[in-house]
Amino acid sequence: MITLMNTIELIVVGGSAGSLQVIMEMIKNLDDKMNFPLVVVVHRKAYSTSILPTLLQQFTSMKVTEIEDKTEIYQNEIYIVPADYHLLFEDKNTVSLDSSEKVNYSRPSIDVTFKSAAETFGENVIGVLLSGANADGVEGLKYIKKNKGKVWIQNPESAEVDYMPKQATQQVDYDLLLEPKDLANHINKLYKNK
Amino acid sequence: MLEPSIVKDNEIESLIKDVYDLYGYDFSLYSKASFKRRVNRICLIDRFTSFAELRYTILNDPDYLKHFIEEITVNVTEMFRDPHFFKKLREVILPQLGTYPLIRIWVAGCSTGEEAYSIAILLKEANLYHKCLIYGTDINPSVLETARSGVFPMHQMKVYSENYMLSGGKKDFSNYYTANYDSVRFDKSLQEKLILSTHNLVSDSSFNSFQLIICRNVMIYFEKALQERVFHLFDASLENLGYLALGSKETLRFSNLDKFYHQIEDQKIWKKVDHQ
Repeated sequence: MITLMNTIELIVVGGSAGSLQVIMEMIKNLDDKMNFPLVVVVHRKAYSTSILPTLLQQFTSMKVTEIEDKTEIYQNEIYIVPADYHLLFEDKNTVSLDSSEKVNYSRPSIDVTFKSAAETFGENVIGVLLSGANADGVEGLKYIKKNKGKVWIQNPESAEVDYMPKQATQQVDYDLLLEPKDLANHINKLYKNK
Repeated sequence: MLEPSIVKDNEIESLIKDVYDLYGYDFSLYSKASFKRRVNRICLIDRFTSFAELRYTILNDPDYLKHFIEEITVNVTEMFRDPHFFKKLREVILPQLGTYPLIRIWVAGCSTGEEAYSIAILLKEANLYHKCLIYGTDINPSVLETARSGVFPMHQMKVYSENYMLSGGKKDFSNYYTANYDSVRFDKSLQEKLILSTHNLVSDSSFNSFQLIICRNVMIYFEKALQERVFHLFDASLENLGYLALGSKETLRFSNLDKFYHQIEDQKIWKKVDHQ
């Protein structure tokens, strides 16, 4: 009889410089039974061809998709935000893309997606912020927290580039400080306990 | 900077209703998430600290509406954005269009005109410019002013030049403009075949028939129901065997018109097959 405080309906992982290794490690070790979708926002060069989904797909049996406009998102699938677009949530099942001005010199901006996730999923979202060289994501985490969602931050000491997680730990009241090798486990535990 | 959360969902609804009732612009089928961001952004730019202030200004100041329309729509654009798309136009689509005596192209939602100018350059280099007409339309009159001026910020030229080369351009990109301090003026000849006009994809109808319609990163701001309506508008405006080009993350796949269109390789370009 274990009751979770609330049900997680979405995990959003944001990262920049130095986060790809952590994301690969995470995807490798996720159980193929997630009862929520997982969305990955990483800073990329504008016209980078979409090799990231293909690359990440090698490590998992879950479906990895690069998001297109009005993509419907499903549990137990992984979604990658495309280069040069912001990702917003229309509702809990549908996302939309937005090519408006960069935020924090970034498009996609992690802040934009975190904030939209906070407004759409409220307490049912976990925002995870990884290694990176600017503060994109920190404001977004504050919105997640404000709307009673959960905030996980990579331990800056284990981050290849610690600026982003450091800013986050200083400014946001986080729920978990995580080591890269444990990230998948923390996610797996969310549904194993059910 | 991340926009604040000043306006609530139900306030957005009443704002949309007010703007429609007063001015006839219908934003009810715009994607909610993006529209809400734009409204909050306007509050930030124009220093409204509450929805009431924004609403009061919109209701009582018709001049403000022009500014509102300008800022509510996204006007981020580039020359030769997604160079591979332009490369495909150059190599595959333009040679096909070259067989027509008069080539009519519609750049729908052209904003400040960067794509229309890019198309003009492609047509010049394909020696088709003399027999083409490029129609650039947008909901927003003030961006068309910029398009008409042909003056763009200097600092973007480095990226545009790189994009141009990646699209298969062989010339020196700076041949197409004259630099003047922090801005550049594009060659007048690039405007000769350019017809700029306001057109609202939501409410206006088909005004001509085209062999190529380019509408990139506009549909992302529309809900599916509106996308479908606009696809039908394009279909009614496209000749048989004409081409429809969308943004790199947009698709015709969800439309019931999909069966009448044939996608060109892995590109976001669809060819209309014979149907009435």
